[in-house]
Order: sequence, then structure tokens, then C-alpha cells
Amino acid sequence: MRNSVSVLIGGSAGQGIASIETLLTKGFKRSGFYTFSTKEFMSRVRGGSNTTLIRISDTPVNAPDFKVDIFVPLDTNAFFHAQERITDETFVIAKKGDYECDCVRYDYDLESLAKAIGNPIVSNTIAAALVFGLLGCDGAVLREIISEFYTNELLAVNLKALEVGAELARENGNCRYCIKPNSLMRPKNDLFLSGTEGIGFGAIAGGCNFISSYPMSPSTGVLTFLAKQSRNFGICVEQAEDEIAAFQMGLGVWYSGGRAITTTSGGGFSLMGEGVSLSGMTENPMVVYLAQRPGPATGLPTRTEQGDLELAIYIGHGEFPRIVLAPGDPKECFELARKAFELADAYQIPVILMSDQYLADSYFNVEQFEIEDKQSTAHVVKTDANYKRYALTPEGISPRGIPGYGGGLVLVDSDEHTEEGLITESMSVRNEQNGKRLNKRELIYDEVITPEVDKEGEIAVVGWGSTKHIIKEAVERLADERIACIHFSWVYPLSESQLTLLQKAKYLIVVENNATGQFAKLLRLHGITVHEQILKSDGLSFFVDELSEKLSVLLKEIR
Amino acid sequence: MNTRFDRIVEDNAWCPGCGNFSILAHLKEALEEMRLDPLQCVVVSGIGQAAKTPQYMSVHMFNGLHGRALPVAQGVKVSNPSLTVIAEGGDGDMYGEGGNHFMSAIRRNADIINIVHNNMVYGLTKGQASPTSQRGFKTPVQTEGVHVEPFNPIATAISLDASLVIRTFSGNKEHCKAMLKIAIEHKGYVLIDIFQPCVTFNKTNTFKWFKENVYELPDNYDPTDKVKAFEKSLESHPFPIGVIYKSPNKDTLETILREESNRNGAPLYQHQIDYRLLGDEINKHI
Repeated sequence: MRNSVSVLIGGSAGQGIASIETLLTKGFKRSGFYTFSTKEFMSRVRGGSNTTLIRISDTPVNAPDFKVDIFVPLDTNAFFHAQERITDETFVIAKKGDYECDCVRYDYDLESLAKAIGNPIVSNTIAAALVFGLLGCDGAVLREIISEFYTNELLAVNLKALEVGAELARENGNCRYCIKPNSLMRPKNDLFLSGTEGIGFGAIAGGCNFISSYPMSPSTGVLTFLAKQSRNFGICVEQAEDEIAAFQMGLGVWYSGGRAITTTSGGGFSLMGEGVSLSGMTENPMVVYLAQRPGPATGLPTRTEQGDLELAIYIGHGEFPRIVLAPGDPKECFELARKAFELADAYQIPVILMSDQYLADSYFNVEQFEIEDKQSTAHVVKTDANYKRYALTPEGISPRGIPGYGGGLVLVDSDEHTEEGLITESMSVRNEQNGKRLNKRELIYDEVITPEVDKEGEIAVVGWGSTKHIIKEAVERLADERIACIHFSWVYPLSESQLTLLQKAKYLIVVENNATGQFAKLLRLHGITVHEQILKSDGLSFFVDELSEKLSVLLKEIR
Repeated sequence: MNTRFDRIVEDNAWCPGCGNFSILAHLKEALEEMRLDPLQCVVVSGIGQAAKTPQYMSVHMFNGLHGRALPVAQGVKVSNPSLTVIAEGGDGDMYGEGGNHFMSAIRRNADIINIVHNNMVYGLTKGQASPTSQRGFKTPVQTEGVHVEPFNPIATAISLDASLVIRTFSGNKEHCKAMLKIAIEHKGYVLIDIFQPCVTFNKTNTFKWFKENVYELPDNYDPTDKVKAFEKSLESHPFPIGVIYKSPNKDTLETILREESNRNGAPLYQHQIDYRLLGDEINKHI
């Protein structure tokens, strides 16, 4: 009896991989399993070769393995595309004759079976039912889900397809890859959702009421999510002519009291540089969701990378504070997206919320979100006739007024400005205002989120953002008592309190989904010694088996 | 004339005799005569000499980046539709650096007033060609004269069916003020392109030149005739001034976005989060 199984489905765009994914993930979750799914796909609307990986387990599972237990290639290309992920134990469900492999092949022509019951498109449903049966799951669950999706003739043919698939599983002795569900252990009302959805819900909880963006993979999901929810939560949605305008519209909204977000990827974010700088200078809050993909330039549009950390930290001319957050799963996406609005508002700064294609498009089993019911604090003051937007205060933050609320005028200026907000070239005023802006960094340190530490040990494996659960499981698999995992979700600015943990470690390994070790460089700037780095920048995320092997090689060298 | 929009400024950066002074005065007087409340007016500007205008007025000011006044102004208007929002700058700011925003702002039709000081030259950067510089205009950079076609903002705005398109001349006080009032009164996007001499860097298109090269549209001119308006927009030497084009009525951006998001007209700062609904939506993922 196993405790985790990986199912890989491959096919071309438009072949219905997504429908099998939805059917199986819903089915597995309802059957009581911990479920995780992730996808990799080519940058094309039709054709190509894409895969979706579903992992199920009786214990929490939130990361992908490279090698798979069951593989359903929906066409020949899919087989060759994912060939390396097959072992001699992989159960491949495919028609005989298309290709040869050293694997357990289940020779069935799903398409012909589907045609035989009346509609070739239900071959996906047959495959789903077969996989479901092989794992020993109750077919009634799939019937229930199918009945929620379809009606009339489509329902009838899909139900027939479920029967055909279940029969195939029975012929194969069922339970070939049985694992036991563990519904008791799973927390009540846990959620199954993607990083994109986590960010979207977090933005709503943060009081977001305006989004303007220029579509760009892999960030667009949050834009469409908020557009879909716009009526429910009163969110004004406008597609901008370019990323420059998207950011500037957001600044206009914050200036007059709204809470705006813009969403983009690296290329679009580069265009927002001047806007980030303007947010810093005018002390006008702004929230950006930056979903990374591999660059430079157009790079690999549908793939993943953590290559824009330095861009986020340094973007924008001049010197001003900012916060960069990097959640590691949908629950952190929710919490940090919500917090991004609070932080931007409280400190009057740009906040950059980082994700990547892997996190955005992967579905995780996470605990229910904690939704407090108090309205988010708007850090806006009612002005009076003596109001000065950039007043120097003992607290170090100038109270932020907005036009149309109170008896004062709100003047904001991209030029260096007086307390009132008017252009100046006075060097003493420059020093006062610049000092005030930069000193906010000290106040921000109080908000810093301590990195999450898993296990104790003198060897620390450090990651940030989306690698959280991959690193965690890879380390668990090694079962080496010397190792602790440290996950940073607050990546900038780094405070002393976050770094003491790292100073204690005797040996530090930093794992990053990029080619140059950008977070490791940042740690070194803070005087932290990084002994080893494990980097990957081929466009895919790390995999647990892959990372665990790389770590074990490193560990052998450490005595 | 003293207005509630005056600001005492010790150090004005404009050259003596600059057309910006007249536009500033006309604007303040127009706002005053229309009895607008300075606390309800926002002037958003970019960079350039014209973009300094809100520094010299008593209004809410967002003095942002070069070319970016329009997106900010649209954000302000969507966020709080009860505010009177003006996006003001020069020809380089609005038509050059902000050209893409200019086209999109017209198409979106937020209820904003886009005032463009058009002096056919760059002032702040000291005398290079602007998008509206005439062919052959010599500058320290365009040493043999401008070799590109001048940008025609009026024709562009009409082609995009701008809600209201106006041209006026800073040197004609009565006309300029009357046009500003029409612009402020109008519901929807307004382009008001104001010819203005630059006394320091443009020795070709001087006060005298503008005076001789503009003529007022006759009373019987019908600005709702789009084809006629387009013909007018192509006229030059002399250039027609007045309300050149008025589109059929259409909804404004802020109204549409509020309808689409099921909001009333209240400003966004009064936003309340519906936590119960949020819980329900999240629970769909159980």
C-alpha cells in the first residue's frame, strides 16, 4: 500500500486535459485524499504538448514529483513529450503500437471505446474513471460530480463512459495503486484552490475595489478572477492600454481613497518602473501582483521562474522604501495579498506581491482561510484647512488625506516637495523629506514576517516564495536529522530578526528557481554566508524527487 | 480678478510674457465664475512648463510624471466621480510622451477635462521640436528643420469620436475663458487644445503669428456634423478655433465601471467588504 500516487495526463491544447483534471481532483478530494495538481504547457492556443500532474496522498501533499506512477498520454506527442517521466513501473494507459516503452502498458484504445458508446469526446471521462478505479476509489463520487457538470444527452453519455472506465479498472484487478484515504486527518472545510485564486480572494479581503491591468501570462488569472467577482464585491475593472497606464490609474485611485491593484509579469513590470518610483516619491500607496515567468524579454511565456526578485527589489529610480512579499501556497497568497493592501496603505509605499507560473497555476489542499469580519482599516484622515500632505510628524508618517474628504487641499508632487506638497529645490527640505521617506523602512521592520522554520538542524535549506512545499517534502524524504527548512515569504526588506536564524546555521543551502541565486545574493549582502546553492532555470519548477536527490548528493559531502 | 483658486506663489518658474500666465488666469476665472469649490477640483498634471500650472493654483494637485496625467486623472474620476478632474499639460507631455494614453482616454470617455497648452515647442528641455511643431521649424536638435508631419490632435480626437473637441487661443481672453467654461460644464471627455506662444524658444509661432493664423468658427457652425468637423480639423493657416466637434451623448467611464461592478455613485473610500459573501465564495472551493 502506497501513501502517495502521481498521475500524469498529457495531450495537446484543446484536447480536454483540464476537464480530466477537474473531474479527478474533485473526485479525489471528495474521496478523502489530500490532492495537489500542477500543469506545464506550451505558449499556444491549440496543439503543442502539455501535461497536468495530479498527486494524491493520505498525508498533506503540496508539491510535484517528476517520476509518475500512472501516465495517460492522450496522443502520441504527449508520450514523447513526457517520456522521461516514466519508470519501468509506470502504468501507461495508451493504445498499443503507437510507441514502445519499458513500462507497464495498459493497451486500450480509449477513443474507439468512446466512439463505441456514441461520442469520441468522452474518452477523457473513460480515462478518468479508469484511473479512479485503479486507485480503489468509489465510482459513485465521479457519478455525482459528472451529474453536477452535465445534463441531458451529455450527462447520459458521460455516465456510460464512467461505467466503461470502471469496468476497465475492474479487469485490471482494481486497486492496482490503491491508497487509503485519510479523511479523518484532513481538517474540516479545507480548501482546494490555486495560487491565483488565493491572491484574488486575498485582494478582496484587503478591500481591493479597483484593478487595471494589461493582460500578461501568468498574471492574467488574477485579473480575470477579480473581473468575475467584480459584481459581488464592487470592484471596478479596466483593461489598460499598457502597463504604464495600468499602474498610473491605480495611483490615481489610491490618491482619491480607493484601493487598487495591478497585475503583470516581468516584461510589464519593467514598464511600471517609473510608476513604482512615483509611488515612492509621492508616498502614494500601490499594490502590484508580479507573477514571474522566465526572461529576459519575452522568454518562456508560459513557464515558471523566480528570476525577477532583483527587479522587484531595485526597480524604480531613486531611493525609497518598498515591501516585497512572496507567498508559498494559496493560503499564504490569501494572507499576503490581504496584507499587501494594509501595508501599502499604512506605510504609503509600493508593495510588490510575487508569484510565478508554477504557484499561480497549481492547485493545493490548504486549510480554510481565516476571514476576520472587521473592515480593513483605511489609513486616511479627514483634512482641515491647515492640512499638509507631507507634514513632518514624530511618528515618521505624514497622515494621508484624500481630495473631497475634509476642508484641506491634498497636493502630491513627483518633484521634491515641501510639507505642503509644492515643488522645491531647498536642500534642507530635500533632506527632511527624503529622510522621512527612507526612515519608514525602520517602521516597516516591525511588520516583518519571520521565516517559517520546519524541523531543527544545523544544516539549513533556505527558499523563498513558490518553492516552499517542494523544499519541505524533499527534506522530509531525506529523513536526515541534521536538516532544517527555512521559508521566507517576506523577502524585502530583510531585518535582523529574520536573519538570526540563518546566522545560527552551520551550513546554509539556498534553493532557487533561477540561474544566478538572487536571494542568496541578497542574503550575502546582509553578511550571511551561503555555502551551497541549488538552482534551476529551465522553465519548470523543482520536483520533490529531483530536489531530494540533489540535496542528498550535497549532504554526502557534508560530514 | 481675485479668485478662490489663487495661490500666493513667491517663485514662478515661467518666463515673463509666457502664454501659461494667461491660461492660468483664464482657468481660475472660469472656475470662479462657474462657482466651483476648490475643494472639489483636482488638477492632475505631468511634466513640462504647462504641467506646473496646478503648482500656482489653489486646488487638489497630483503633479505626476511626464505623459502620465491622463491615466492618473481617469483613476481619480473613477474613484470619486463627484470631483471635477482636470488633466493639464503641454503638447509634448500629452501628445508625445503620453500619446497612447491620449488615444485611450478619448475612447474611455471619463468625465475629465484635458487641457493642452500647445506652443509647438519644448520649453522645459529648452527648445527642441514638439509633436505639433510645424515642418521646417529649426531647433538646436532639428538643425535643418523639422522633417516629420505635425501631430494633429483635433483630427485624431474627432477620429476617435471624442465627446467634445475644442481649440482656442490663450491670447483671446474672452474666447479662451468661454471655451474653458464649456469644457468644464461638459459631461464626458473634453480635449481643449489651447494655442499659446512660447516667448523664449519659439520665434516662429509668436503671439502675432497665432493671432494672424486663427479664426473663430461662425455661430452657424454645427459641431455635431462629424464629417464637417473632420474637414475643419484639417484646415490650417488659419486654424479654426471654437467647439469643433461634439459627439452624440454617451456614457462616461466612471458610470459604466460602477454599473458593471454593481456600485452606486459613492466614492471608493467608502467601500465596505462583504465578508459574508467572501466566505461563501471561498467555501465553493471546499
